[in-house]
Amino acid sequence: MTPVLDVAGLSIRFPNGLKAVDGLSLRVGAGQTLAVVGESGCGKSATALAIIGLLAEGTQVGGAVRLSGQELLGLAADEMRRLRGGDVAMIFQEPMTSLNPAFTAGDQVAEAIRAHRAISKAEAAREAVAMLERVRIPDAARRARQYPHEMSGGMRQRVMIAMALACRPKLLIADEPTTALDVTVQAQILALLDELKRETGTAVLLITHDLGVVADHADHVAVMYAGRVVEHAPAAQLFARPEHPYTIGLLGARPSAASPTALLASIEGTVPDLRTPPPGCRFAPRCPFRIARCETEAPALTALGAEHGVACHRAPLEASLAA
Amino acid sequence: MGIWLLRRVGQIIPTLLILSVMIFGLQQLMPGDPALILAGEERGDPQVLAQIRAELLLDRPLHEQYLAWMGRVLQGDFGFSWRIRVPVSELILEKLPVTFQLGLMAFIIAVLIGVPLGILSAVRKDQPADWAANGAALFGISMPNFWLGILMILLFSVQLGWLPPSGYVPITEDFWQSIATTIMPAFVLGTGVAGVLMRHTRAAMLGAMSQDYVRTARAKGLRERVVVWKHALRNALIPVVTLGTIEFGRLLSGAVLTEQIFSIPGFGKLVVDAVFNRDYPVVQGVVLATALIFVLLSLLADILYMAINPRLRRA
Repeated sequence: MTPVLDVAGLSIRFPNGLKAVDGLSLRVGAGQTLAVVGESGCGKSATALAIIGLLAEGTQVGGAVRLSGQELLGLAADEMRRLRGGDVAMIFQEPMTSLNPAFTAGDQVAEAIRAHRAISKAEAAREAVAMLERVRIPDAARRARQYPHEMSGGMRQRVMIAMALACRPKLLIADEPTTALDVTVQAQILALLDELKRETGTAVLLITHDLGVVADHADHVAVMYAGRVVEHAPAAQLFARPEHPYTIGLLGARPSAASPTALLASIEGTVPDLRTPPPGCRFAPRCPFRIARCETEAPALTALGAEHGVACHRAPLEASLAA
Repeated sequence: MGIWLLRRVGQIIPTLLILSVMIFGLQQLMPGDPALILAGEERGDPQVLAQIRAELLLDRPLHEQYLAWMGRVLQGDFGFSWRIRVPVSELILEKLPVTFQLGLMAFIIAVLIGVPLGILSAVRKDQPADWAANGAALFGISMPNFWLGILMILLFSVQLGWLPPSGYVPITEDFWQSIATTIMPAFVLGTGVAGVLMRHTRAAMLGAMSQDYVRTARAKGLRERVVVWKHALRNALIPVVTLGTIEFGRLLSGAVLTEQIFSIPGFGKLVVDAVFNRDYPVVQGVVLATALIFVLLSLLADILYMAINPRLRRA
């Protein structure tokens, strides 16, 4: 079956020469959630913007991005615009600033509907209220007439979700959708996204730096480091048997409820400068397991199992450490 | 909202009172004795001078003069012109429509040129269209009005003979003739304001275009036209509307040089003549009327600001 989203060999180079993403590949099936995890600056958001075609002008994008088999890169601007908000929708990190302060919530949802379907204003307004109800906004008819500044952050993010899902997209990109929200609201929003995904069969690309979010809400996880996927696996497997030294480091750096007093582990060193990336494995300078080969030859993503891939010369790590 | 409006209107009264003191005081700093001018041929006769001074209260202390003037103004009486013996209020009501017509036309020209140019140059930032628009704005702001006025008269009146070089026909008399007599001075006045509006629209649009909600609008699949003209412009216009209202007030306070060049009998000409003749009641009346227009327009700016900015509506 064709995956909803199939990204192959994606590379992104910003006008300032910075190569944000280099040879990245991802796949998401219908009704699935793929989490893309990594620290800030690893290329997660650039990847999302490349998929939806919203990178700044002058950015060079190479490789392939296919939505249900249709190639998106190289589409005419107007064709891409028609897909945005229709087949592929996106919600952003900052619900406080992502809605237009000058229009009511209902108007903004209705506008998204009317951008893709030829229906009357009144009909769109009714559907907007129905969408607000679907994202569990109480008293949706009244809320639809309110302006963003009259709503809380969580409420605004629900409006964003209603707007994104209004045209039943095949793919929803959620870029750090809960980072700016309170912890309890975070949980509600993520649960809502799960429910809506089950109801509609939308594929979700969840971009986050929060491994807690990944564990509970993703089917599959891709770990990114310095513009590349270093490891991908089903969520449960990734947590149980991480293979890439960076993934191991990330998991080790999570606060633990079992020993709350223990010092947080951290990964030594800093992310490489992507204008002059190291020639070999990009994680090598920080890697406790590096060997000579790591510093000269970039490791390819190789399969460790049916659904598990890792880009590391020393994988599988346990066997190579024992040897 | 109601209480806010009341409080805001209440602020007008002290503002105008302070302004009236300043107007009265500044005028006293002007050199020249009005009695000497009014006496004309008989200026050598001390008795005539004393009589004029007594009649006009010029022999009283300043605060008495001020209170006498203010007392009448509060009753709606701006006094008589010393020179032509006509009520000042009559002069104001006669010139106000002229200045208002000129100011309004200049303002419309300024908005029609300045706002679209500002949007264009923001959307095409750092491209030839942006450079051209910025150059035009710089030209509009820095070109002296009297010089542009003279050039326009030379081209459109002397060379081409399309428009009358000077004079004014009231709009109630002949609409098209009235437009023909005011279009050049309105354009001259409008270009300066257009430059200011263009620069502010550009800055506000650049700010709005980099906001997250513009990215959201694009992510919805809206046409770029809708993203710019609806989502960005609606927010960018909030400061521009305020500025535009104040600029309109400036246009209404009379354009001294431009009215002189085109011989338009508006506020500017009235006040200049009055200053040269030391016609204090006229100067005071016109300047106070101008200040009142200004204060009312800034009240209008605040009300408009509330109306187009939903975040303030319930404040």
